Formats: sequence, C-alpha cells, structure tokens
Amino acid sequence: MKLPIYMDYHATTPVDPRVLEAMLPYFTQEFGNPASRNHAFGWAAEKAVEQARQQVADLIGATAKEVVFTSCATEADNLALKGGAAMYAEKGNHIVTCVTEHKAVLDPCHQLEKQGFRVTYMPVQKDGLIDLDELRAAITPKTILISIMTANNEIGVIQPVASVGAIAKEHGILFHTDAVQAVGKIPFDVNEVKVDLVSMSGHKIYGPKGVGALYVRRRNPRVLLAEQISGGGHERGIRSGTLNVPGIVGLGTAAELCRTEMIEESARLRRLRDRLNEKLHQSLDGMYVNGSMEHRLPHSLNVSFAYVEGESLLMGINDVAVSSGSACTSASLEPSYVLKALGAGDELAHSSIRFGLGRWTTEEEVDYVADKVAAVVRRLREMSPLYELMKEGVEL
Amino acid sequence: MYSPKVIDHFQNPRNVGSLPKDDPHVGTGLVGAPECGDVMKLQIRINPETGVIDEAKFKTFGCGSAIASSSLVTEWLKGRTLDQALAITNSDIADELQLPPVKIHCSVLAEDAIKAAIADYHRKREAKVAAAS
Repeated sequence: MKLPIYMDYHATTPVDPRVLEAMLPYFTQEFGNPASRNHAFGWAAEKAVEQARQQVADLIGATAKEVVFTSCATEADNLALKGGAAMYAEKGNHIVTCVTEHKAVLDPCHQLEKQGFRVTYMPVQKDGLIDLDELRAAITPKTILISIMTANNEIGVIQPVASVGAIAKEHGILFHTDAVQAVGKIPFDVNEVKVDLVSMSGHKIYGPKGVGALYVRRRNPRVLLAEQISGGGHERGIRSGTLNVPGIVGLGTAAELCRTEMIEESARLRRLRDRLNEKLHQSLDGMYVNGSMEHRLPHSLNVSFAYVEGESLLMGINDVAVSSGSACTSASLEPSYVLKALGAGDELAHSSIRFGLGRWTTEEEVDYVADKVAAVVRRLREMSPLYELMKEGVEL
Repeated sequence: MYSPKVIDHFQNPRNVGSLPKDDPHVGTGLVGAPECGDVMKLQIRINPETGVIDEAKFKTFGCGSAIASSSLVTEWLKGRTLDQALAITNSDIADELQLPPVKIHCSVLAEDAIKAAIADYHRKREAKVAAAS
C-alpha cells in the first residue's frame, strides 16, 4: 500500500489512464480546430468532438445535439442560470434554489439578485434533503427556473430530483441540476428526471480538469439560453470559444467508461464505504453521519467526531487526504454552510470529515484509514476539554 | 502551512491533562466556544510558599495551532510568578510558533486562557479570605 492515501474523490479524481491514452493524439497529431471546415485536420478534430458529444449524451440519456461543452462545471452552472434568467426574464423574475447548493450556483444567484431577480433559497431538512412541499409552496407565477443539485458535494446526499422535475414540468418551469457529483456515479437519465439543464464536469469522473458540459434540452420544451461568452458562435451559438479538443475527448471517454462500469464500480465502492463506516462506528462513540445514509452517493461518507476539531484531525491523519467542514480549513474561517444548514450546530460542522472513495480505493486502504482515524480521534479526545466535560456529565 | 514548532507541539504536546480544580492553589481558565471551533482549558498550580507556578496543564479542542499555542504556554508558565505570567502576550506566542496571520486568534485565545486561569486563582483566594473574616 502506498502512502499518502487519496480519499478525497469529491474534490477531484485522477485521470483514468485509458482516458489519457485517448486524449494524447489530440495534442500533437490530431491538433486541428474543429471549426476549420475546409481541411482534414479540422474534420478529424470535429469527428473526435462529435464522438465525445455522443458519449456524454449516452451517459445521461440525451441526444448529442443537447450537449454543450464548457471549460468547467462552474461555467456550465453560470451559463444555465444567467443564460436562462436572461432568456426568460420576460416570463418572470423568480428563481428557486436551495441553501446547500455549490457556490457555482449560489454566487450566480446572488449576482442575479443584484440585477433585479428574486431568488428563494430553500432550507434543507436534517438529513440534507429538500422538502418537496416547501418547493411547491415556493413556486410563484413569476418563477422561471428551479435549480436543485442532484448530489451534494460535501455530504453526498441525493436530492429527489425526479420529483423536482415532475413539479417543475407541472408548472411549466425550467429545471436545472448541478449533477457534477452524481453523473457517472449513479444512473441519471434526463428524461426520467424531466430536467432541462444539467451541469457536468470532467475531473470528477476520471477525466481531465478544464472541461465540463451543459445538457440543454431541445425538445419538450426547446430550451433557449442567452450566451455568456460571445465570439464566433461555437456550440450552436450558446458558448463561443475554440473547443478544448483533448479535454472534450477525455470527458467523452471518461463518460463512456462510467457508463459501462458504473454498476460494478458503484457496488464495489458502496461495500467499501459501508465497511469504512462500520469500522469507524465499531471503534468510536460520538460519531455522527451527516446527511441521509439512505439517499447518498455510494462512494461518499461525511461524519462528525464529537469533541474533536476537524483541522486537528486532518493534521493527525496527515498520510490520508480527506477534507473537513471545519472553519479552520476554509479561507473564510467559517464552518461549512452545508453542514450548518442541517441544523446540527456549528460544533459538529467543525468536527466533520468528508471521505470520498473512488476507482482506485482498496479494502486495505479503507482498513488503514479507519484504524488511523480512530486512533487519532482517541488521542485528540484525551486532549479535548469538551470530551472531559462530557465524561464529567457537564452539559455543554 | 505550519512551522516545525507547531507540528512538534501538535505531535508531542507538553503537559496535557488536568489539575484538581477545587484545589485552592489551582487556577483554571476555560476560554473559547465549541461553536467557534476553539476551546482551551488551562490550569496552573501556584506554590503557596514561593508564589511561583509549579505546574501547568492544558486540554484544547481546536486546530493544530490552538493545540500548539496552549502546549507552548504550559511550558512557559512553569517557574514564573503570576506577574511574569501576565506579561506573556499573544504576539510572543505567535512569534515563537511562527503562526500564519489566519491563526493569530489561537495565540490570542492562549493569552486569554492565562489571564482567565490567574483571575480564577485570585477569585478563589479572595473567597477564602472573605470566608475567613
């Protein structure tokens, strides 16, 4: 077993060697610009891009023409929200989203508010899931767009997006989902979810960084977006800019691998994730899983170890790469807004650790991490005045 | 991001533990708040004959630099009089541990813990004097 161990697959994933192999020719030999319509270099690049477009479409049950390539998922979120809001502003000025969304959704929403749009940020329940009745209640005649993520990047919970899609459709409202953490990991079909806009990323699914995609529905209804990057009319006029051909080939290949290997891979990771959870529970008291265990990505576990601060735990397990919702690990010195939204109190947010398992996680690594975490938690609790007070029966 | 000194205090913390808080010669300072992610308990025992701190213990819930700050302070406190202890400032701690700017509050908390422990010691003494008179 090689140290350090990577268990932060929500943050990013390594490029699968098969993906890299597919990408390599497009840097040096097949380097053409797909917009060059008059020679073989351009045709070869265009063919590769169109194949990748089909591969991405196949992963989510879409048609190739509905896939728009972007530079990343943040750009896809921005395009969906700002492009959608601008295009449908005449219809209404209200957007519904939720407090635990990624900043790539929340920040564009804040910008739209400054431009006069009204945004409802729905709370989540204790398990991290939205309440569908609250969603229905939040909808007004002015609502033009609902944006609810498929799976949360911090706590891994899976929102009831198919129900959201049904509600949106019922009201004739566009539905966008940031599916960055979900696509390629769990089955996702744009028609089953009845979704109109879907953001995806390359580097979360063993593809390269610097490439993402936005699914834009073309039938029932045909969704229109105001372009956010102008200049040349690439990607059907929705997103200008020379296509990142190697990156797109990488995203396409990564999507294809996820589609063919997802069932097996997710079953394996679920078993390992459950093993990690059980081993930790067996060796430690005062451990809480953040978010629904039932509606959760198979490779994801977010837990809080009471009486232990997250950053010090990360320092203690310095040969294991994970992340924490502790304030001390964030630039803002604020504890995770996602964990705070669960209502468990800031204290448990400070004590949280996110484990993300992935394609190369082994059982041996899981066992090592479980033992290491348990040992460090015990050591830090011996040092913790809160643990001592709890043992003395003092209410904190 | 951390200096070797912080890492050393974090990996090998000095003087972790507790002193009997009802001992009249012990002062206990408990500062910080769990919801802010930092709680320090610092205890000192004062030799009644010499007025010098002869024992210091800490327990800290917090990040690596909070643990290191409190560990360092327990080393510094031993052998000092209360006036000398009060002279320790947060910048002394931050300088010694080379804390990055975002971690200065950890050294402030350690200074607060010293002051709180000494105040607790004085409070006990005054209560004892009041009870005797």
